[in-house]
Amino acid sequence: MIIASNVTKSFGKLKALDNVSVTCNKGQTIALIGPNGSGKTTLIKTILGMVVPDSGFITFDQHNILHDWKYRERIGYMPQIGRYPENMTIAHVIGMMKDIRKDAVSLDDDLIHAFGLKAMENKKMRTLSGGTVQKVSASLAFLFSPDVLILDEPTAGLDPVAAEILKTKISKEKERGRLILITSHILSELDDLVSEIIYMQDGKLQFHKSMEQLQEDTGHVRLAQAIAHIMKSQ
Amino acid sequence: MKTIVKYVMLDLLKNKIILAYTVVLLIISFGVFNMDENATKGVLSLMNLSLIFIPLVSIIFSTIYVYNSSEFLELLVAQPIKRKMLWLSIFTGLTLSLSVAFLVGIGIPVLLYEPSLTGLMLICTGLFLSVIFTAIALFASVRTRDKAKGIGLSVLIWFFFTLIYDSLVLLVLFQFSEYPLEKPMIVMSMLNPVDLSRILMLLKLDISALMGYTGAVFHEFFGSFAGSILSFVMLTIWAIVPLWFSVRMFERKDL
Amino acid sequence: MKYGFAILLLFISFLSFSRAIAVGGGKKYTSVKKAILEAKEGDTILLHPGVYRESPLVIQKAITLIGVNYPVLDGQKKYEILTIRSNNVVVEGILFRNSGRSSYLDIAALRIADARYVTIKNNRFEFSFFGIYSQHATSCIIQGNELRSDAKDEINSANGIHCWKSDSMQITGNRITGHRDGIYFEFVTHSLIRDNYSFQNVRYGLHFMFSNNDRYEGNTFRDNGAGVAVMYSNHIDMHRNTFADNWGSAAYGILLKDISDGVISGNRFLNNSVAIMMEGSSRMKMTGNLFSKNGWAMKVQANCMDNLISGNNFIANSFDVATNGDLVLSRFEKNYWDKYEGYDLNRNGIGDVPYRPVSLYAMITERNPPSMMLYRSFMASLIDKVEKIIPVLTPVELRDNEPMMKPVKL
Repeated sequence: MIIASNVTKSFGKLKALDNVSVTCNKGQTIALIGPNGSGKTTLIKTILGMVVPDSGFITFDQHNILHDWKYRERIGYMPQIGRYPENMTIAHVIGMMKDIRKDAVSLDDDLIHAFGLKAMENKKMRTLSGGTVQKVSASLAFLFSPDVLILDEPTAGLDPVAAEILKTKISKEKERGRLILITSHILSELDDLVSEIIYMQDGKLQFHKSMEQLQEDTGHVRLAQAIAHIMKSQ
Repeated sequence: MKTIVKYVMLDLLKNKIILAYTVVLLIISFGVFNMDENATKGVLSLMNLSLIFIPLVSIIFSTIYVYNSSEFLELLVAQPIKRKMLWLSIFTGLTLSLSVAFLVGIGIPVLLYEPSLTGLMLICTGLFLSVIFTAIALFASVRTRDKAKGIGLSVLIWFFFTLIYDSLVLLVLFQFSEYPLEKPMIVMSMLNPVDLSRILMLLKLDISALMGYTGAVFHEFFGSFAGSILSFVMLTIWAIVPLWFSVRMFERKDL
Repeated sequence: MKYGFAILLLFISFLSFSRAIAVGGGKKYTSVKKAILEAKEGDTILLHPGVYRESPLVIQKAITLIGVNYPVLDGQKKYEILTIRSNNVVVEGILFRNSGRSSYLDIAALRIADARYVTIKNNRFEFSFFGIYSQHATSCIIQGNELRSDAKDEINSANGIHCWKSDSMQITGNRITGHRDGIYFEFVTHSLIRDNYSFQNVRYGLHFMFSNNDRYEGNTFRDNGAGVAVMYSNHIDMHRNTFADNWGSAAYGILLKDISDGVISGNRFLNNSVAIMMEGSSRMKMTGNLFSKNGWAMKVQANCMDNLISGNNFIANSFDVATNGDLVLSRFEKNYWDKYEGYDLNRNGIGDVPYRPVSLYAMITERNPPSMMLYRSFMASLIDKVEKIIPVLTPVELRDNEPMMKPVKL
C-alpha cells in the first residue's frame, strides 16, 4: 500500500533518512522503533508529504505522492505534539476538520465519546492540558475511518485509562484491516497489537521483520526485550 | 479554500491584537481629524501613519501569526488539502483581517472627514501596503525556521523599505546630481512599494510643488492614466511576487 | 470718479443734440466706414447685426458706436480693425473678430491712440492679436469686455489688454483668455484694474512693467502660464485678488521683481507652484493673505529687504518659505502657520516658541530638484525634525517670533 524507495533526506549535515526503503501493506500493524533522532518521525512525515525527500520516492497505492494531496483523505494522523489555534474550542477544531474533510464517507466519533471530549467541547485549546490535547489529536486521527492510521507516539502524555481506550481502539481498527503505523520507544503496552517491526537507527533502516521473525531471531517473546537484545548486540 | 479562510478569519478576528490595532487606528484617526480644523493636515498625518505604521504592523503581525500557527499548519498539511491552498488561505485570512482593521480604523474616518480623491488614494495605498507587507511577511517567515530570526528579518525588510532605501536614493541623487535623474527616479520609486504609495499620495497633496520643476517627468508619468495604471499594477506585482515565491517555498518546505 | 462724472455729463450733453445713424442691411447705410465719415461729433452709430469686412476703420471724432446684438467687425486676419484717435469715443456691444497678425507690427483689434475719455464697453474680441491696445491714453474705461484668442506660444501671440504710456485707466470686469499676457501695463500710472478674470493665457495673467501708483483688486488670475508678474514698479496696491492654479517651473502666483512700497493684502493664493516669488523687493507690506495648497507659499531671495509679512494664513502648503541665502532682512510676524507645533502656555493666542518656516528639506530640493520625490518620506521628516531642533543649515534669522495658534480671521 505504501512503498518508500531509497528515500534520503538531510537537514543540513544531519542525515535524517539515509536510503530508506520500506513496504507497508494493508492489514499490517507496524511499529516504527528506534532511539531518539533515528528518523522515525521524519519517515512518517515524508509519507504524509510534510517533508519532501531529497531523493527517492514514495508511492501510495502505486501513485507517487509527490504533488499529490488527495491520498491524504485516506490517512489519519496523530502527531507527537498537537498544537491547535489557541482561540478555538475543541468543538471548533473538530468541526473544522469535519469541514475540511467533507468527503469522508463515514464518521467515527467513538474516541470523542470514549475520552469524554463532548463534556468539555467548549473549552479553548489553550486551556487544555497536554494529555487532553493528545486525546483531541487521537480522536481526530480516527474520526474519518481512514484506511491508514499513522500514530506518532500515541500514548505519550496519556493517562493509563486513556492509553487503554486508545489501545482498544487501535486493536479494533486492526481487526478492520487497516494499515497502522505506530512510532514509539516504549512499546510494551502495544506489544500484542504489533505484527511488523521496523527498526531504525541514525536515519538508516536496520531491519523490517515480522513479529514472529523477530521473536525467532532474538529468542525473546516480548518486544521490548527483543529490541533491547538487538541494541546490545550492535 | 473557503473553509480554511473561514477558520483563519475566525481565529484572527478573535485575536486581541487585531482588535487593538483597529481601535488604536480609530482613536488616532478621529483624534487627528478632531484636533485640526484642516482636514488636509489630518490626511497628511494619516498618510505618515499608513506609510510607516501600517507596513510595520502588517509585516510583524503576519510573521508572528505564521510562526504561531506552525503547528496548525502542520496539522492541516497532513490533511487532504493542497499546500498552496492552505498557504493562500492563510494569506487571504491575514490580508482580509488587516484590511478590515485598516478600513475600519482609517478608511471610515477618512471617508467621514475627507471624502476626496486624496482620501480615497490614502485608503487605496493603505490597503495595498497592508496586503503587500503581509505577502512579504509570508515570504520572510517561510524562509526562516527560527521565529526570532524570522521576526528580525521582517523588521529589517520594513526598515529597509521605509528608511534605508530612501537614504540610498538620496545618496544616489546627490552623487549623480549632474545627470538627468528623473527617469531613473521613476524606476527607483517603482522598486519600493512604500515609495510608490507615497508618491501616489504626493501627487494628490503636493501637486503644486511637483509642478514647480522643469522636469515635470514625474507628473507626466504618474499623473497620466497609463502611469497611474502602471503604478497600481506595480503595487499589485509587489503583492503577488513575494506571495508567489512564498507559495513555491512553502510547497517544498519541510514541516 | 471725477473723470467718470465728467464723462457722464459729456455723454448726456451729446445725447441731447445727437443724431442716431443706423448701419446694416436695409438701413440707410450699409457701410460702417461711410457712416463714420458722415457722422458728426456727438452722433451715435447703431450697428445692426451682420458681418462687416471694412477694416481698417479709424474714428477721429467723438462719436458713439453701438452694436445691436453683436454685429461682427471682421479684420480677416489682415488689418487692425478699429483705431480711435479722438477723445470721448464710446464703443459698445461689438464683436471684433480676426484682427491682423504681424511679427513686427503691433496690430490690435482695437487701438486707442492719444485719446482721452474713451469708453470700450461690453465688446467681444475673438482671435485677436492684440485685443485692446491703448497708447498715450488717459482716463479711458475698458469695461466688461470678453477677449478670447487662440495663442499657442509667446512668440506668435500678443496681449489681451495692452496699455502703454497711459494714465488713469480703468479696466474692470473683463474676461481675458488665450492671449500672451492677459493684461499688460508698461509705463502706466494711477490706474485701476478691478474684477477682471484673466485665465489660461500663455504667459502672465497680468504683467506690470515700470508702472507706478496703480491698484488692482478683486481680480482672479487662474491657470496662466506664469501667473502674474509685477516688475520694476513701485507703489502698487494688490488687494483681494485670487491667484490660483498657476503651475510650472517658472509659474508664480505673483512674481515681484525689483518693486517697492507696495501693499499686498487680502489676496488668496491657491494651488500655485510658488505663490509669491520675491526678487529685489523692498518695503512691501503683506497682510491678511491666505496661502493654501501651494508648492511654496513664498520664495524670498536674499536681495529682498524691509518687507513685512504679517497676519497671513499659511495652510496646507508643501513648503512655507524658501530662500537662497543666509541673509534675511524681511520680517515675519503674527502669521498663522499650520505646520507650527509649538504651544501657548499663557493662552494669549500666540505661540510661545518661534516658528521657522524654512524647512531643511525645502533647501535640499532647491539644490537637487529630483529629491522632491522623497518628500514626506520617513527619512525626509527625520531630516527636518533634526534640523528644527538644532538648526545648522537653515537661516536662523528667518523666523516668526509670534506665530498665531489659530488662523487669522480674514
